[in-house]
Amino acid sequence: MESVGRENEDFVLFPHDADVGVRGYGRVPAEAFANAARAMTAAITPLGRIAPSEAVEVSCSAPDMEVLFVDWLNAVIFEMATRRMLFSAFDLSIEDAELRGTLSGEAVDVRRHAPSVEPKGATFTGLSVKRDSDGRWVAECIVDV
Amino acid sequence: MNLEEFEKIDPYQWQLARTGAMRVLARIFADETLLRDMDDKVGEQIRNVAALPGIVTAAYAMPDAHWGYGFPIGGVAAFAPEEGGVVSAGGVGFDISCGVRLHITNLTCDDILSVQEKLAHELSRAIPAGVGSRGAIHLDDNEMTEMLAGGAAWAVASGYGRAEDLERIEENGKMAGALPDEVSAKAKKRQRNEMGTLGSGNHYLEVQAVRELFDAETAKAYRLQPDMAVVMIHCGSRGLGHQIGTEYLREMAIAAPGFGITLPDRELACAPIESELGMRYLGVMRAGINCAFANRQILTHLTRDVFERFFPGAELDLLYDVSHNTCKEEWHVVDGKQRRLFVHRKGATRAFGPGAAELPEALADAGQPVLIGGSMGTESWVLAGTAESEAAALSSACHGAGRAMSRHQAAKQWTGSGVKKELAEHGIIVKSPSKRGIAEEAPGAYKSVTRVVEVAENAGLARRVARLTPMICIKG
Repeated sequence: MESVGRENEDFVLFPHDADVGVRGYGRVPAEAFANAARAMTAAITPLGRIAPSEAVEVSCSAPDMEVLFVDWLNAVIFEMATRRMLFSAFDLSIEDAELRGTLSGEAVDVRRHAPSVEPKGATFTGLSVKRDSDGRWVAECIVDV
Repeated sequence: MNLEEFEKIDPYQWQLARTGAMRVLARIFADETLLRDMDDKVGEQIRNVAALPGIVTAAYAMPDAHWGYGFPIGGVAAFAPEEGGVVSAGGVGFDISCGVRLHITNLTCDDILSVQEKLAHELSRAIPAGVGSRGAIHLDDNEMTEMLAGGAAWAVASGYGRAEDLERIEENGKMAGALPDEVSAKAKKRQRNEMGTLGSGNHYLEVQAVRELFDAETAKAYRLQPDMAVVMIHCGSRGLGHQIGTEYLREMAIAAPGFGITLPDRELACAPIESELGMRYLGVMRAGINCAFANRQILTHLTRDVFERFFPGAELDLLYDVSHNTCKEEWHVVDGKQRRLFVHRKGATRAFGPGAAELPEALADAGQPVLIGGSMGTESWVLAGTAESEAAALSSACHGAGRAMSRHQAAKQWTGSGVKKELAEHGIIVKSPSKRGIAEEAPGAYKSVTRVVEVAENAGLARRVARLTPMICIKG
């Protein structure tokens, strides 16, 4: 599958027919997870338009790192949907498949953010959390929008 | 897709033989051009579906099939409970009971064109659309439970719409067997402010013109006339459905090995129909269907209110409401015997032929209306279910045009302002809070819906009744 870079080198959005693929890179899994969440947000609106002025705490746990990655993105989606917020900064730690994170963002301003899509859920399709040949962690999956 | 992998049954049906773990064959309805243009992933995904436990007849892909997650979009598969058949959250998807409804009116295109800009503006104000929008209806816990059990019937009893709308909705607007108490608190929280909202992406409300009739007799039964203005609404179960999909995909993916099910793709997450998990998912998913029914019913009410202000006494009668992301318990004739099956349609429309007991009397002779949403610049279609459709694909047909390119590619190729201007030059007014959203949904990003419905007709899935073109498009 061809990857198409957008925003910066920490993450990419890659094409999927009707939906979007998100991929985050990092020195550790937590950093790759955070960058994948930035990719997901970038599919909605440019990250630079979102002020990280309000913080929201999330936590999740899963039987393996791939399911944890899906849980993480779905936790972000849930907070976006129920709080009517967009997030641009993600700080998280992972210990023994337990994730604790802080999402920083602001309330949706339709005029300023002009969100183009609404993530419905992170899927198990194209799901992978692993090291690449350069030793970087790569976390990716398809998000239904 | 490589045509050499397929056995050509006829110009519109192509078959993949049973290989590897496949329990049944796979069949794609397409002509050579559509098949060649389909992503290889459609073939891979439909083979995976054919390998699921308890599948009967075949795994089908409709003419608009494209790469989905788990199932292809445009995938149809039926499972027999007594053969260990499964129900799959991946086979329904996140937007449970996403669907299309069409209203016929007593208005002409000229009536709409005389107020086109103002009507578009007022519809965009009245219909909450896009990320961050909220509905005006907020449900408490009891109301949420009643809505999830009652669907559109709840909506009508609550003052949204008319009693006669209900017989024009699948299941008479109320999906039996819903288990509202099993729906999670998170799913309910996600829905609390989203009743009567359109959503975003490819969801829309359009005011359209009946441009061409193909089947005069059926058009008469559907009360469609040339130059009539009609209103199409495309949306689903909103946040509640998305959250149910999220939760059950996870639970089923993790539980599958415990049922002895090997998933070639974890997104095919499923459980035996007769397991506790399978039955619970069915009950929760049916509550999601009711949520979608209620949501579209509220949007009908909001739309009628706007039309009443412009055209006092305007009639917006519901022709029909179809869902295209569901699993339904249905009886079908297979190998000469009636069988109880759980039919998954993901991005595919139920298409019952003439005489089906589920249809209201006024539609019984003509067959079920099959509503096909196109892209915002081209056309949509009304088809009718055929007598042959059951044998062809368990009474199923296509649901839309299907994307020809990704959102990313579309956003690179077009600008929202450019698309909006070009459509305006063709007499179509588009209202959306997101210019990028308009670019991603550019008509050129979709396949030819004309070809899709021609193939559907030639393959015996449904027959063409009317072609509709947009005048006003409200998008999220």
